[in-house]
Amino acid sequence: MSALELLTWARGTGLSLALVIFVFGILLRLFEIFSLGRKADLSRARDTSPGSGWRTIVRRSLPPPGLFKRSPVTYIGGYVFHIGFAITLLFFVPHIELVRGLTGLSWPGLPMQVVDIAAVAAILALFVVLASRLTNPVKRFLSGAQDYFAWLLTLLPLLTGYLAFHHVIVDYTLMLALHILSVELLLVALPFTKLFHTVSVFVSRWYNGDIFGRKGVAS
Amino acid sequence: MAIDGPTIAEVLRQQGISRRGFLKFCATTASLMALPPSMVPAIAAALENARRPSVIWLSFQECTGCTESLTRSHSPSIEALILEQISLDYHHTLQAASGTAAEAARKAAMQENAGKYLLVVDGSIPLGNAGFSTIAGISNLDMLKETAAGAAAVIAVGTCAAYGGIPAAQPNPTGAVPVSAIIKDKPVLNVPGCPPIPVVITGVLAHFLTFGSLPELDALGRPKTFYGETIHDRCYRRPFYDQGKFAETFDDEGARKGWCLFKLGCKGPVTYNACATTKWNQGVSFPIQSGHGCIGCSEPGFWDAGPFYKALSMPIGPAKAAVGAAVVAGLAAGSAVALRNRSAKKSAQAAHQKVTVADLEKSK
Repeated sequence: MSALELLTWARGTGLSLALVIFVFGILLRLFEIFSLGRKADLSRARDTSPGSGWRTIVRRSLPPPGLFKRSPVTYIGGYVFHIGFAITLLFFVPHIELVRGLTGLSWPGLPMQVVDIAAVAAILALFVVLASRLTNPVKRFLSGAQDYFAWLLTLLPLLTGYLAFHHVIVDYTLMLALHILSVELLLVALPFTKLFHTVSVFVSRWYNGDIFGRKGVAS
Repeated sequence: MAIDGPTIAEVLRQQGISRRGFLKFCATTASLMALPPSMVPAIAAALENARRPSVIWLSFQECTGCTESLTRSHSPSIEALILEQISLDYHHTLQAASGTAAEAARKAAMQENAGKYLLVVDGSIPLGNAGFSTIAGISNLDMLKETAAGAAAVIAVGTCAAYGGIPAAQPNPTGAVPVSAIIKDKPVLNVPGCPPIPVVITGVLAHFLTFGSLPELDALGRPKTFYGETIHDRCYRRPFYDQGKFAETFDDEGARKGWCLFKLGCKGPVTYNACATTKWNQGVSFPIQSGHGCIGCSEPGFWDAGPFYKALSMPIGPAKAAVGAAVVAGLAAGSAVALRNRSAKKSAQAAHQKVTVADLEKSK
């Protein structure tokens, strides 16, 4: 199989298979989570802070007072990674073309150099947070094999994309194929690992904020 | 491989080509093939003294586009003259002889120059049924094997001969294969393209005449000097790609301003060829300069590598239908899980037994 054939498979059959598992998995997990339901809360809700759920969505994205100074690596690394990853994913013109091909939606992209810097920042941040995870005893204790697997799955698309864009190590065709395959691996694993937070993060934040609001300890 | 007759230099002089013009050609060839300037005199000396090499040209499942490209691309250039000065002893389209005489010419050239002649092939070879493509009652496969046996080297011209091309595209009804799938004991050099660039042929011939060997090849059997870089890397529109400026349609403002054609399906990033540097029609233009994206014609299997007008990052499979099916399956499976959860909860509630203090007292 030549590099071009591998690329064709990745863009065709491979992508279709990955999207099927991705969409199926996300729907299944969402049904699973929502259909579990909660026991009826028989106590009367404290109505002192309406909209607590929505506020929490915003507030949990900002560091609480004091924590930024206590664990700057976690916060700065987290911000740099997530913002860099979002810029790379959403504003690289070929990525927008992929979305347009699938949904018909499109928006203006950013110059390649800006995306390049964002990708490098995201890759470096991933290594910094991994070093922190390995050296900080608490983080290390909390980490299991799945966390390192998720880290690798996130790194691979960024790394292969960067290498493909700069034409290093192997030729562009093969690296582009590997890049798309690594994204497909990420899509397949996303619904069934902690990477599902991509979908569930705001749902769970809203729920936490709302339930605490009912209990009178709104954020 | 030399046969009697005038040397290439003598022929060029007869055609009115000056020494300066000839050396200019040698210098261009050297730079095209990434050879140091010190090699120019060596190329000149070798070409001047070379006798016309015997070339047998076999055409199998092809459209004659490669021959058109090489012989009619432009009127007299030094490249064309060099091409004319080879002793083309057999070529279906170009030779005057026909029928038995034509085949006799092939046999004669094979005998006289055994082990020395160059074999050029365009077109793919059908393995499905020998009758799919025959010449003088001889199957393509038999003719290729027979003629290649005494050749010094084989040059597969065009994507069909190099990689199978359109005859080998899905569903490949004739079982077409490239030359390299059959000839294993000879050096096979691929000059892919649909059609290939004429100067690549003359460059390879010049190399063969100068050094007596074929130039360095890449993993796909192509001369690295011409196929070492992608169209995208050498494209004059590349700065627009980097700036994020793209033509959205073939007649919008971006297209008129000459912006990058990536979104219109240009395959330049995955295509290795020299179009962007040597260009066509004596350096006049190449497809991207004319406003159309590269279709990747020098890559194996390019016919089956997705639509020509879809951007490289776009899905080419039945992704939309697949996602639709996944949504239906996901909703169904999700509903089933939800029902199971509900019934599990209900049965747990039904099976719930209340324990009172009196019960606990009793069990003591």
